[in-house]
Amino acid sequence: METRDWLREGLRAVAGGALAVALSVTNFLLLVLFVVALALTPVLGLGLILLPAVTALVRLRTDAARAVAGWHGVTIERPYRPRPAAARPVGWRAYRWIVTDPATWRDLAWLVPGAIVGLVGGFATLLIPVYGVEGIVLLPLWIWLGTGWYGYGVIWPIETVSDGLLSLPQGALFLAIGLAVAPYLRRYDALFNRLLLAPTTNARLRARVTQLSHSRADTVDAQAAELRRIERDLHDGAQARLVSLGMTIGLAEEMLGRDPESARRLLVEAREASSTALVELRHLVRGIHPPVLAERGLDGAVRALALNLRLPTAVESEVTGRLDIPVESAAYFAVAEALSNATVHSGATVAYVTMRRDGDTLRMEVGDDGRGGADPDRGTGLKGIGRRLAAFDGTMTLSSPPGGPTIVTMELPCALSSPRTTLSSGTD
Amino acid sequence: MRVVIAEDHALLRDGLTRLLEAFEFRVVAAVDNGPALLPALLDHKPDVAVVDVRLPPTFTDEGLQAAIAVREAVPGQPVLVLSQHVEPLYARELLGDRSGGVGYLLKDRVSDVAQFIDAVRQVARGGTVMDPEVVARLLDRSRPLDVLTAREREVLGEMAAGRSNAAIAGRLFVTEKAVSKHINNIFTKLGLPPSEDDNRRVLAVLAYLNA
Repeated sequence: METRDWLREGLRAVAGGALAVALSVTNFLLLVLFVVALALTPVLGLGLILLPAVTALVRLRTDAARAVAGWHGVTIERPYRPRPAAARPVGWRAYRWIVTDPATWRDLAWLVPGAIVGLVGGFATLLIPVYGVEGIVLLPLWIWLGTGWYGYGVIWPIETVSDGLLSLPQGALFLAIGLAVAPYLRRYDALFNRLLLAPTTNARLRARVTQLSHSRADTVDAQAAELRRIERDLHDGAQARLVSLGMTIGLAEEMLGRDPESARRLLVEAREASSTALVELRHLVRGIHPPVLAERGLDGAVRALALNLRLPTAVESEVTGRLDIPVESAAYFAVAEALSNATVHSGATVAYVTMRRDGDTLRMEVGDDGRGGADPDRGTGLKGIGRRLAAFDGTMTLSSPPGGPTIVTMELPCALSSPRTTLSSGTD
Repeated sequence: MRVVIAEDHALLRDGLTRLLEAFEFRVVAAVDNGPALLPALLDHKPDVAVVDVRLPPTFTDEGLQAAIAVREAVPGQPVLVLSQHVEPLYARELLGDRSGGVGYLLKDRVSDVAQFIDAVRQVARGGTVMDPEVVARLLDRSRPLDVLTAREREVLGEMAAGRSNAAIAGRLFVTEKAVSKHINNIFTKLGLPPSEDDNRRVLAVLAYLNA
């Protein structure tokens, strides 16, 4: 570590110590408030109003502890269950939501031990460097005030100037040790807080199940709608055209002997109908799984897509080899949708796509220089991207301030399968 | 003329063979998979090859790869690539070596027998034939090539589709002299040095694909 980094880390940790001391004091107050609010539940139902309010404060405090832990490299997730849709800010439903959430009681159990550890650890973080600073400033102070009244470090009391001079290196040493140790002390504090403030395995699994059932329901819905669309397109398109094609050819067959000229015209018509049917099938296939995606993978397919767009689009991709087919397809359609939004709505003059893999995560970014102000709640496009990616535990974030630029960032967990192997057995 | 065919569907392979032989082509080899294609092309050095993009065993783009590879080994080897879908990206790769004798058509075009045979002959002669769909998609983009007038862009599109000056004149209802004037303007504006006309046509089409 560079000296400056080390110094910055140390100073930040010392500041964190001061903050921990200040915040820990509030724990006792919060505990009192919580107990009072709980005790007042039978009295005119006051608790129904007070408890949700106090809980909000407690969670503000624990969220602060989680955030502080985050600064010191310890991630603590929020463990709370989502508020039921029907619950108002206060009242019976909110009350029930709070008291049935085990995380509430774990927070409560944390308040006192958390405060004690916070105070002890915080003071320890502060005191060593402060004592060091004292040693550094002591010499002038001592010269000014006279001898024999005070000591420092191993010299006690200080009687001569040479004794006094010794406080300087000692102080510097204490300061250095204090700054070096501070980040570790903060980290232990954060690790202790994690014991009670992080979700239990149970709560984590519960949250995961909720999320999975949501994304599964969305996926199933989307798939059913997609199949329905394909069925309708085939039924109204290619199928109907093939029926009419058969009829035309049959008619031509009938006419062949009697009126060869009409038969020839009918055959020309039949050939044209077969071309139209092929065009429709091609569009349909592109919507299901673009052939270029099957042939070239994500990288090639996005490049081919960019070439087809009206909007000049630069593609920068470090994705080599083939991804799993479903992941590849989800990623492609997400990028395609984002680009189509940029083309249609943004008024942009240029767009770009970047794609790269970080370990097992595929990161994609689609940006344009348009007018911004995109809102996922207005159109279905952006929401659709989110849903498509959620089926694979992927995420989408949108940054689109009014005036632009719009940047869609997408992340998708992926595993790279061996290069150039596909399961598809389609033919061309 | 000697032809090598690569197509994995037996029905289509036989159909193509029949079609070409009806027009006095001689099919010297008809392969049904990717790995066999390149050796067949190098062995026979046909006057023209008609190749499907997607072939076994991986069903990706081995036909296209083989076409590019054979043109590296035998510069200017005429190849007509057929596909169920067309991508400007693939067209650009095919023309990447900047020499003619390249065709890229949708399979549907086979049903217009006269035009298809004409395209095969053009490719064999060293011409460039791009599917109207490729051209339409590029026109639809209306990207740069700003230096060209609308009429010149139209002419360039027709050139990309492999049409001769006479055919372009017929389609745009102008005289052949006007067409050749437009074409000369295009060459000048795109900075293509005077050289053999066929090669300049390819380069112009390539500029078009890269725009």
